Amino acid sequence: MEQFAESRYVRPGGPNEQGRGRSVSLPANICPTDGAMGYRAHMSRLGDAGTAIIVHELRKRYGNHQAVDGVSFTVAEGEFFGILGPNGAGKTTTLEIIEGLREPDSGSVWLLGHRPWPRKKHLLRRIGVQLQASSFFERLTVKEQLETVASLYGVGRGTAADMLELVGLTEKADTRENKLSGGQRQRLSIACALAHDPDIVFLDEPTAALDPQARRNLWDVLRAIRERGKTIVYTTHHLDEAEELCDRVAIMDHGQILAMAPPADLVRGLAAPTRVLVPAGAVPLERVRSVPGVDEVAEEAGTLTVSTRTPAPVLATLAQQGALDGLQVRSATLEDVFLHLTGRRYRA
Amino acid sequence: MSAPRRDRRRDGPPEYVWVPSPLVHAASDQPTVRMRHPAASSTSNGVVPDGVRSLEPPEAPPPSTTDLSSRIQQRTPPPEAEEQPDNGAWINSFRSLSAAMAKGFARDKVGVFFTFLFPLMFLVVFGLLFRDDSATKTRIAVVGDGPVVAALQRAGAVDLERMGSATEAVAKVQRGDVPAALVVNGNAVQLRFAASNQTEATTVQGLVGGVVDKVNLASSGRPPAVKLDSRQVEDSSLKAIQFITPGTLSLAVSSSAILGATLTLVSWRRKQVLRRLRLAPVSVATVLTSRLLLSIGIAVVQAALFIGVASAPVFGLRLSGQWYLALPMLVVGTLAFFSIGMLIGSFAKTEESAGALANLLVLTMGFLSGTFFPIEKAPEWLQTVSKLLPLRYLVDGLLGVMVRGQGVEALTVPVVALLLFAIVVALIASQLFVWDDA
Ligand SMILES: Nc1ncnc2c1ncn2[C@@H]1O[C@H](COP(=O)(O)OP(=O)(O)OP(=O)(O)O)[C@@H](O)[C@H]1O
Ligand SMILES: [Mg+2]
Repeated sequence: MEQFAESRYVRPGGPNEQGRGRSVSLPANICPTDGAMGYRAHMSRLGDAGTAIIVHELRKRYGNHQAVDGVSFTVAEGEFFGILGPNGAGKTTTLEIIEGLREPDSGSVWLLGHRPWPRKKHLLRRIGVQLQASSFFERLTVKEQLETVASLYGVGRGTAADMLELVGLTEKADTRENKLSGGQRQRLSIACALAHDPDIVFLDEPTAALDPQARRNLWDVLRAIRERGKTIVYTTHHLDEAEELCDRVAIMDHGQILAMAPPADLVRGLAAPTRVLVPAGAVPLERVRSVPGVDEVAEEAGTLTVSTRTPAPVLATLAQQGALDGLQVRSATLEDVFLHLTGRRYRA
Repeated sequence: MSAPRRDRRRDGPPEYVWVPSPLVHAASDQPTVRMRHPAASSTSNGVVPDGVRSLEPPEAPPPSTTDLSSRIQQRTPPPEAEEQPDNGAWINSFRSLSAAMAKGFARDKVGVFFTFLFPLMFLVVFGLLFRDDSATKTRIAVVGDGPVVAALQRAGAVDLERMGSATEAVAKVQRGDVPAALVVNGNAVQLRFAASNQTEATTVQGLVGGVVDKVNLASSGRPPAVKLDSRQVEDSSLKAIQFITPGTLSLAVSSSAILGATLTLVSWRRKQVLRRLRLAPVSVATVLTSRLLLSIGIAVVQAALFIGVASAPVFGLRLSGQWYLALPMLVVGTLAFFSIGMLIGSFAKTEESAGALANLLVLTMGFLSGTFFPIEKAPEWLQTVSKLLPLRYLVDGLLGVMVRGQGVEALTVPVVALLLFAIVVALIASQLFVWDDA
């Protein structure tokens, strides 16, 4: 709970009030898919931070396509919130409405207690945004880009240099914007979003074009930001990453939130069987099938896959049979939840 | 001081009110915003608890003392300005945006060429074309020499073309190449002229007659009975380069101011740079004025280039006394044309359509406003039409102070007209302004 004492937006009444239950009791319609397990359990875990973002019944239509269709959620200060969903689910549109770049057709957004639409300069100082499509000043170098953006927030050159180091672009400082690789552009864009030390950071697929090294470095950066009590809202298609980073995720499709909870809760809620994989032939099929609690046994491409919700007896049997070589145990992941909820069909 | 309350009907979930509340953190004294259920709070009826500060403006966050990530921690939080203008921050944004735009402009080789060298070509081409067209000077053929020829040359009213023989000179008149031929043979001065060109022939006769009388009088040694004091007065019959320079300069300045504003807006909108700026605490006015500053700079450089080239001996531009008054005129002109560019940039969707529209406008104005010829020589209707175009006023102002030897008084009408124009057009443009068209 320590990090939240550092948060600038903590509840009234002083630190002695921390740990008491939240005085805000959210009605169910604010987070429709949050069961008792989801939001409240999550909030008590987070402690008593304030509310950074409230999104209520947001709707946005483009022509005759309903891009966002009644989205509601709340993000606590200091929370790392992920929005997941297939292409075209409405993630970017939702983020842009929250950032104040678009006006919703209906519904409302509160960002640090203010409405982001119409544009409010004092609010803009406190949010940092990395857009899905990065945009830079023409013909300026990496360093100049960052210094220009930083100075708009009254941030000095020293910080700009620090930010370059933070995203590993120091070597590219004097390269023009049009000579950067996709991942480098993305890193520059992230640096621009973070330079003024915003209270809320919005990142739209920040790791999309990054190599594994840059991705992990960015994770460290994001974790450090979060440690300082900042709020992060981000979208990603890397579900392993979301599982690792996010306090809570919302899974979206067709403009609606299908599920919203901490990743572990979602995975547990799926109650998917654990799969135990051994090389085919290591153990007789019939022997495994007779183990109590085994749901399914399948042999495919030289691998025997045993699905079970009680892996202990299965593992015991395999150990008995001396079939532990090359054994893999796979439990359900956020990806399973995602696919379970959104199906496997391609999105337009 | 009252708690900001939301209008329940308009503002969404009615269950909540936002109340400002004091901070926990001892070191900071900064207002904060909490959400409370009205049932749990007395503030639902507008009563503000003690110690509650106003919701807006929040003050600057205290420098972070957290040491969780040394690299991030080095960063100092920016000074937080509020809606009320913060001059320091404004200047900062203005300066860095201007620098960014200037660098972006200077690094675009093609853009620089079209801004500076291309319009200069108009000056060079027209300057060379009309170099010998010394507006009122007539050219006559001359054979022989003597005091009369010398006096004619000194008077400078006609250009003399030396010929070898009288027959040759007369043949030239017959062909219509020159209106008259002067054959000097000792004390006999013969003038042969073509009847087809009565006006010029009469002028030449008068001129030569005058010179001959003067020479006769001088040789008699008597003082002249009547003394004529004649002095040149600047009039519309300027040497070509004198009006081509302010004219083509006006064209160059208007073209680059319009295109600069238009293309910046359109391409920044398309490349989402405006979107990026929209997310920063910077006002539209700051963005536009920083581009305006660049346009003014460009206009000044253009003026220096034009004057420099036109002053070369080939062209022979002569600036009149208060030519430096061209500077304020150029600034006001840039303002007016920049506002036109803003207007086009507010509704044009692509760089191509914006550029085409801007060029069409500039060329039309150019032909109708006397940039290539003295407007006084144009037909009446054109002069009337030109008074509706901003370019006419820039040309007039520049002509007045650069070559006609006029002073501030020549700028009053152009400056007032262009400023009014700029204000009206900029107001319309600001109403149409959009950050992005997505
Ligand atoms: N400016 C726009 N005009 C019209 N339709 C749009 C616009 N922006 C988005 N859409 C449509 O709205 C839907 C949601 O788009 P959005 O960008 O929010 O999806 P997303 O979840 O961010 O997808 P991705 O994962 O591909 O980034 C899509 O079907 C898209 O075609
Ligand atoms: Mg998107």
